[in-house]
Amino acid sequence: MNNLQRNKIKDKAFKYFGVTCTFFGIFILGVFLFGIINDGVSRINWDFLTNLPSYRPKKAGILTAWTGTLWIFGLTAIFAIPLGIAAAIYLEEYGKKSWFANLLEINITNLAGVPSIIYGILGLEIFVRLMGLGGSLLAGSFTLSLLILPVIIVATREALKAVPLTTRTASYALGATKWQTIWNLVLPASLSSIITGVILALARAVGETAPLIVIGALAYVPFVAKTPLDEFTVMPIQIFNWISRPQHGFTINAAAAIIILLAFVFVMNGIAVYIRIKAKKKSH
Amino acid sequence: MKSIKEKVIESILFACALITVLTTLGIIWVLLSESYSFFSEVSLGEFLTDKEWTPLFSQKHFGIMPLVTGTLLTTFIAICVALPMGLTIAVYLNEYAPKGIRKTVKPILEILAAVPTVVYGFFALVVVTPFLQSIIPGLSGFNALSPGIVMGIMIIPFISSLSEDALAAVPKTLREASYGMGATKLQTSFKVLIPAASSGIIASVILALARAIGETMIVAIAAGQQPRLTFDPTVPVETITTYIVQVSMGDVPHGSLEYKTIFAAGITLFALTFLLNNISFWINKRYQQKYE
Amino acid sequence: MSESQSESSFKIEAKNIDVFYGEKQVLKDVNMPIEGNTVTALIGPSGCGKSTFLRLFNRMNDYIDVFHKKGEILIDGKDIYRKKTNVEELRKSVGMVFQKPNPFPKSIYDNIAYGLRIQGINKKSLLDEIVEKSIRQAALWDEVKDNLKKSALALSGGQQQRLCIARTLAVEPSVILMDEPASALDPISTAKIEELIQELKEQYTILIVTHNMQQAGRISDKTGFFYMGDLVEFDETQQIFTNPKNERTENYISGRFG
Repeated sequence: MNNLQRNKIKDKAFKYFGVTCTFFGIFILGVFLFGIINDGVSRINWDFLTNLPSYRPKKAGILTAWTGTLWIFGLTAIFAIPLGIAAAIYLEEYGKKSWFANLLEINITNLAGVPSIIYGILGLEIFVRLMGLGGSLLAGSFTLSLLILPVIIVATREALKAVPLTTRTASYALGATKWQTIWNLVLPASLSSIITGVILALARAVGETAPLIVIGALAYVPFVAKTPLDEFTVMPIQIFNWISRPQHGFTINAAAAIIILLAFVFVMNGIAVYIRIKAKKKSH
Repeated sequence: MKSIKEKVIESILFACALITVLTTLGIIWVLLSESYSFFSEVSLGEFLTDKEWTPLFSQKHFGIMPLVTGTLLTTFIAICVALPMGLTIAVYLNEYAPKGIRKTVKPILEILAAVPTVVYGFFALVVVTPFLQSIIPGLSGFNALSPGIVMGIMIIPFISSLSEDALAAVPKTLREASYGMGATKLQTSFKVLIPAASSGIIASVILALARAIGETMIVAIAAGQQPRLTFDPTVPVETITTYIVQVSMGDVPHGSLEYKTIFAAGITLFALTFLLNNISFWINKRYQQKYE
Repeated sequence: MSESQSESSFKIEAKNIDVFYGEKQVLKDVNMPIEGNTVTALIGPSGCGKSTFLRLFNRMNDYIDVFHKKGEILIDGKDIYRKKTNVEELRKSVGMVFQKPNPFPKSIYDNIAYGLRIQGINKKSLLDEIVEKSIRQAALWDEVKDNLKKSALALSGGQQQRLCIARTLAVEPSVILMDEPASALDPISTAKIEELIQELKEQYTILIVTHNMQQAGRISDKTGFFYMGDLVEFDETQQIFTNPKNERTENYISGRFG
């Protein structure tokens, strides 16, 4: 009897501890966002968005950073999306059961766990030096494309898997080829899940700092990139640069830039979640 | 017989899949070839046993241990935060929370992992360190503790989400057997569910560990850049990743011994995470076989 | 027996039970008085509500979000759905054996000791004693006595199910609920379980859900026939099988025999 009551009390206590832990994470996120917005929001104005970098915090802006981020975002999307989806289609629809498919599978799992800075080292040697691209947008987006490729592949494969076998067999029964079936039925049916995965992967690329630092993206770029071969900086690197400086003015700048970066990342995550929910509703 | 078009398409798709293999080979080749020339100048013995890492100074030492301990120290602190929190959250969401809460909370927690790490670095340096300094007098402005804790918060969703999946995959019949004998939710969770899901949980923890070891920006911003062989969390340390960033930001001439150090550091990092990822993968594979 | 003395002379009594899953009613005004030290079989086609009914007695339905009920379930005269019922204590005294054997992935010994340990009983000699007694009661002792440390998952299906029965017996319940305990087993194991049920009747009150008509006929004292949420007929087993009052009962029973 006594033991039963004690167990009951322990059970209750753990429940409250669980609630506390769960909401602690969310609470920290809230406190943190609030603090940053509090620090930085007053700094955001037109000049901040359109000024070039400067050694005086009040005059410094993020024009080169956000344009660089958009460049990187666009170029990475162009390279990574078709590659990733194509690789996933091969793995899921064609290359099943062979030893090589097995190897590809283990390989992708491993790549997904390689630290991003290692991709930076790869990009530095292959794209920057060997291909002679230097610290350009092209080298940066190539590097990030390889980084997010496993993420896109895994997400796309999950999406393809969800298309029922009956859909495929029905198509084959009508005399469609494998590719016709994939192109006309399987891809359209899984498109919204694929898009969700792709957006989440790109959001990750936008937030990456370390690999771009390693390939030599610069903290100080006094012009807006015009071609993919230009040198560049991105928002996270600009933020990193400002955080590393002692003057308080730059800390405020960093907070302001973080607000803009987070807004971008969260909006992308939001769109991804929205598409997922909408697709779920449609399928029911 | 397949038409030519079908064959061409299949080949193109195959080529795309092949890029992932080339990426791996590229990583291994780059790390090995540059490290090879590094180790032709610095002996492996010195690399592993020297207690100092000062390649950028005039008095050069090439002992990787200070960077490794810096990495392990911040990772250890992160796991000390993330493991109890993440596991508690997983158990709470799996056994206690109403369905509605579970469905809402899981994606919100996953946002923690979507925040760019440079932002966490800012948080560690500007918010957490000053806060800790008010509690722990003598805490250095750069230290292992603050970025360790923040990194721990970042990897909570790795542990909570994946462990919750593992707990949810335990057959319902085991849960019912335990409740049927009068066990509380707490007893059922810790005596039946967690042991039954242990391989999935361990795999998630190892994955989180690998993530913490490879994490760069938080430690680069808040842990400092002083390689030091210590397990004292209150003083500045340098991790492997921070060192690579430090060299990349400086003007080290290409081809010099200093330049090659980042590959030696990189291959150490790669080996550590590769090992952990494969252990996790292997445990997970075994685990899946058990229930299917 | 204490303050709220029994308004019921029966060991167990279901009074005016309605059960709903959300909007859907799955049990309709069921009344069933059950005497102590008897075996009661619950039969009926799939989806008739018999398993739901069984799970009322140890409140296993509590875990279904959309579940709610009306009416009373009395055990030893007390409504187990009272607010102050300690569900864990209830389940200690109302044990359950499930359709598929569900041993924990632990050793044979630890499986049996689980229920005792969660009550805080850790004394080795006491555990040893109860473990042996329970396994003997479940007629499994001779087969496992040399390997108590072996994983329970290594046992055969029939042995696993007897282990699960032993695990239930170890906490000394007064009522045992069995949800098609032999449906996943071979005929020899089934026979052993049936024999066991007959022996357990001496000490326990047993409710058993079964699809197997012959089994119900062989082992039970009373039988309740459920159909689409109604308890169509509830009577002496012999009466039900030889001279059912209701046409639906007769059709079901003969259909199954034919």
